Amino acid sequence: MSATASTLVHVAAPHRRRTLADPPWLKRILLTIALGFVGLFLVIPLAAVFVEALRGGLRLYGAALTEPDALSAVWLTLLAAGIAVPCNVIFGLAAAWTIAKFDFRGKSVLTTLIDLPFAVSPVIAGLVYVLMFGAQGWMGEWLADRDLRIIFATPGIVLATIFVTFPLVARELIPLMQAQGRDEELAALTLGAGGWKTFWRVTLPNAKWGLFYGVVLCNARAMGEFGAVSVVSGHIRGETNTIPLHVEILYNEYQTQAAFAVASLLTLLALLTMLLKSIIEWRHRRALLAAAHAETRTFAS
Amino acid sequence: MSIEVRHAWKRFGTFTALAGVNLSVPSGRLTALLGPSGSGKTTLLRIIAGLESPDATPDPESGKVLFHGEDVSNVPAGRRGVGFVFQHYALFRHLTVFDNIAFGLSVRSRRDRPSAKQIAERVNELLDLIQLAGLGGRYPDQLSGGQRQRVALARALAVQPRVLLLDEPFGALDARVRKDLRRWLRSLHEKLHVTTVFVTHDQEEALELADEVVVMNQAKVEQVGPPQEVYDRPASPFVIEFLGNVNRLERGRVANKSVLYVRPHDIDIRRAFAGEHAVPARVLHVFSAGNTGRVSLTRSDTGDTIEAEVPRQQLRELNLQDGDRVNLVFRHVRLFPVEGFREEDLPSEPSASRDAGSGI
Repeated sequence: MSATASTLVHVAAPHRRRTLADPPWLKRILLTIALGFVGLFLVIPLAAVFVEALRGGLRLYGAALTEPDALSAVWLTLLAAGIAVPCNVIFGLAAAWTIAKFDFRGKSVLTTLIDLPFAVSPVIAGLVYVLMFGAQGWMGEWLADRDLRIIFATPGIVLATIFVTFPLVARELIPLMQAQGRDEELAALTLGAGGWKTFWRVTLPNAKWGLFYGVVLCNARAMGEFGAVSVVSGHIRGETNTIPLHVEILYNEYQTQAAFAVASLLTLLALLTMLLKSIIEWRHRRALLAAAHAETRTFAS
Repeated sequence: MSIEVRHAWKRFGTFTALAGVNLSVPSGRLTALLGPSGSGKTTLLRIIAGLESPDATPDPESGKVLFHGEDVSNVPAGRRGVGFVFQHYALFRHLTVFDNIAFGLSVRSRRDRPSAKQIAERVNELLDLIQLAGLGGRYPDQLSGGQRQRVALARALAVQPRVLLLDEPFGALDARVRKDLRRWLRSLHEKLHVTTVFVTHDQEEALELADEVVVMNQAKVEQVGPPQEVYDRPASPFVIEFLGNVNRLERGRVANKSVLYVRPHDIDIRRAFAGEHAVPARVLHVFSAGNTGRVSLTRSDTGDTIEAEVPRQQLRELNLQDGDRVNLVFRHVRLFPVEGFREEDLPSEPSASRDAGSGI
């Protein structure tokens, strides 16, 4: 099928170029505008981060990163992401599995609810947790009696991070699993595999690229989240500051070079994420295409 | 291993897929569930496999599935000993052909699992059987449709199922591959003698391949029997229309209206006067393929279109041209009044024709 499609394109291309193509000057103008915007709003600011970070030389750059408050912020960020990502993987797999492989009442409600954290402002997400677990909150007294701290402590930061990254894994998996259908799982079932074996040997391997993609996005968001975390953190230096919060504090204190040095960590993370994302996207698209292709092939013939 | 399904009901929302269906499949035979889409045949197959459960009804016997007299209604699909071949094969796309076929054996608990060497032997045996020896290392998307279909079959056979169930086994293949595979499946069945049930909407496939045909329509079984019997003695207008080409002609007045069916090959075309019961008609189109000539005609009295098939030799002797006026004699017709039906053999000699033929 794809072979015939490509030959068709080959045959049709010369004609199309003559009759349908836009004039070259239009193409040039559009390209200039697009590249101009990318340069102005993306490349230059990104480059500026590294220029500013290294302005004082490598020694100062290193000092800004190894200072105890910075180290503690890095540690807290890794911890929050380290907890939030596995939580979202488990939730994402469970949600995608139920939505893609079963029919039940309220399925569309669940699908919509998963997207809720994207619709709500992160600041509100943070405030909700303050309202629930804060000193004046619903559960504040109960928690205080037991000497448990959630708000202005690590658990609050982890909770807020989980909230804002909530949909990422599930949203990657649902379309993939829906496209793949449940015939393979049923086949495994008739061959005597139990639910758990079917999951490990059929469902998970089929969904792995979608899952990796979701994990990469989820991790990037977890480490970079500012709004929700800012509300619940309390900005206690060396204790409840994540990397983004630490950057803000440094900047507000006119330690520009240090602020940019720490910010460069997040920027590097972003670049790494982009790289992983394109690699995975490429593999993932092949899996999706293969699933869609198999379907059209069987229906077309 | 015989299969029995008792009085199965299944509804999906407002759609009734099975309305109290009884089914009994003899052991070691090849049985076809034949019917148009939406007739409930796939649902019935999935209930046999345990992939679908019949609706609960007040009758405790309702919806029971028995294998060789043993009630398996509450046995999960994986332990019923069924091999199921899915319509789109459902091969594991991330596993090689070899691992696909080995799957059923390798997921067994350690206690029942054959050794790796035994599994490899069994898989290679099956690869030989499906004539794909040497392709064990390929992935499903590197195979043609027919090859995938055979891998799916081998995967189902690897666990030595008591019954083999196939859902539209040839539905997704092109016509040529379909014919070859049909023949191959028949010979495989002769070799293995596993009780096999397959679902199809293709009457030719069912009649050619099966020992026994179950014709389904609108959530019910219309008729069960060997292919020849079902074809020769259709129990209802649906069956006669569904199995092969047939001319449907209405006759009679409003009061006792009936429908008359005549197969194209049961029509004689005569140039000369053929008795008062013969039907006058005009030739529309003549075409010969192989040994049969196909003639389309219009009835001169009612304007109905009639298809007739006559041997090529006879067609040559008649030397029909478009527009010629001829007389048609129906050798064998089926009459279905509003309730019940009558079968009539009309003698080919017009002089001996009985009363029943009058008014056709």
